[in-house]
Amino acid sequence: MPVGVLALQGDFEKHRQMLQRLDMESIPVRYPDNLKDCSGLIIPGGESTTLTKQINYANLRAPLLEFADDKPVFGTCAGLIMLAETVDDDRVAPLGLLDMTVSRNGWGRQVHSSTEELKLSFSAGTPFQAVFIRAPVVTGTGPSVTILASYGDQPVLITDGRHLACTFHPELGEDCRVHEYFKRLMDV
Amino acid sequence: MKKETFDVKIGLAEMLKGGVIMDVTNADQAKIAEEAGAVAVMALERIPAQIRKDGGIARMSNPNMIKEIQETVSIPVMAKCRIGHFAEAQILEALEVDFIDESEVLTPADEANHIWKHDFKVPFVCGCRDLGEALRRIGEGAAMIRTKGEAGSGNIVEAVRHMRRVQSGIKELTLLDKSELMARAKALGAPFQLVRQVAESGRLPVPNFAAGGIATPADASLMMQLGAETVFVGSGIFMSEDPQARAAAIVQAVTYYDDPKKLAEISAGLKDAMKGIDMAEIPEGQRLQERGW
Repeated sequence: MPVGVLALQGDFEKHRQMLQRLDMESIPVRYPDNLKDCSGLIIPGGESTTLTKQINYANLRAPLLEFADDKPVFGTCAGLIMLAETVDDDRVAPLGLLDMTVSRNGWGRQVHSSTEELKLSFSAGTPFQAVFIRAPVVTGTGPSVTILASYGDQPVLITDGRHLACTFHPELGEDCRVHEYFKRLMDV
Repeated sequence: MKKETFDVKIGLAEMLKGGVIMDVTNADQAKIAEEAGAVAVMALERIPAQIRKDGGIARMSNPNMIKEIQETVSIPVMAKCRIGHFAEAQILEALEVDFIDESEVLTPADEANHIWKHDFKVPFVCGCRDLGEALRRIGEGAAMIRTKGEAGSGNIVEAVRHMRRVQSGIKELTLLDKSELMARAKALGAPFQLVRQVAESGRLPVPNFAAGGIATPADASLMMQLGAETVFVGSGIFMSEDPQARAAAIVQAVTYYDDPKKLAEISAGLKDAMKGIDMAEIPEGQRLQERGW
């Protein structure tokens, strides 16, 4: 079964290109029906206010929650915000799939965006070049959550064993290791 | 310029894909744009249709107005500087705008040179009418390209012309033999390395958005089907009779650009679009798209 990539707004094509590199099929998800054929779902980077509007407009909120009951969901940047339990901004209505609190635009405006090296807990290889774009900050995590990578004392890649989320953009680089981790979550 | 820095600039353009960037002239309009689902706003003192009507010199917006909009919305805030006016760009960077549009909508400050955009940490978007112009701006450091269209006209015809020229220019490059690329680079007036890169990849090295004359959900769909990855809407929203509803409808239209049934639903119930201007009424020499090269 293919991986769904939420294609309402954002860099969904970059995720699809990354999955293609891993020889994985993907389909864009814009209608509730698209979800029934998917083994997992990626919520891409973009603007979380726009994603909130578009999820409501597409009547996707309930189907997404039902899907996430037994299938893995992976959110990057704005996608991570949508997975959160609580967000510090009432313009965004997160799905509450991962036990974390998030501060939107915690890194500030674009001039503070940057590429940073990260150590991934599941990979002994070279550091991961992580692109942070107007990134959110994870301000708290619950007991179900494992931190897979941190930047300073900030968790930037986390999982609860089913879902996965990161504040950076692994889809923008060449390094497939974070997407490979998501693949393993889907194989479980 | 380090490659990582340029990647971070292009990264923000990637995040804006499949969205709508709206021109706003005050905090109230910015709020309407954000509530409608805009991915970013362009802060400017007068929308292009007003600039066209008022005449005079159009300059960078007042910093206070930009700051007020930055405080009101959470989405990226863009602002325009005059072509070649790198001091205005430096001020906009100090204000921490998220993107600078070196724009033909404002009165050019330098008729020979555009800004050397690689010197800035903030990303730039520039307008183009064809592939050569797009690659010249990318060569100078633009992280996003948009069609010029004809700003403030409410008329899609120029944006279509420019998008088709860019797309056919790309297609032609992919068909050429390696030995023909230098001559084509000369004809395009574009940097050879970028010409070679486009010939090999079949796409621009930065995101390609549409601007200049979009007034309806159908206009947005048309530009997306022609290859735009996002649309800018300038005068089209706040010159219409129903800015809130129209803004939301154009946002939906970009997501469902290839679904005519959905587009019919989205377009139903909207009031009148902006009146618009036929190109015959804008004599050559007075077209905004002729500014810059």
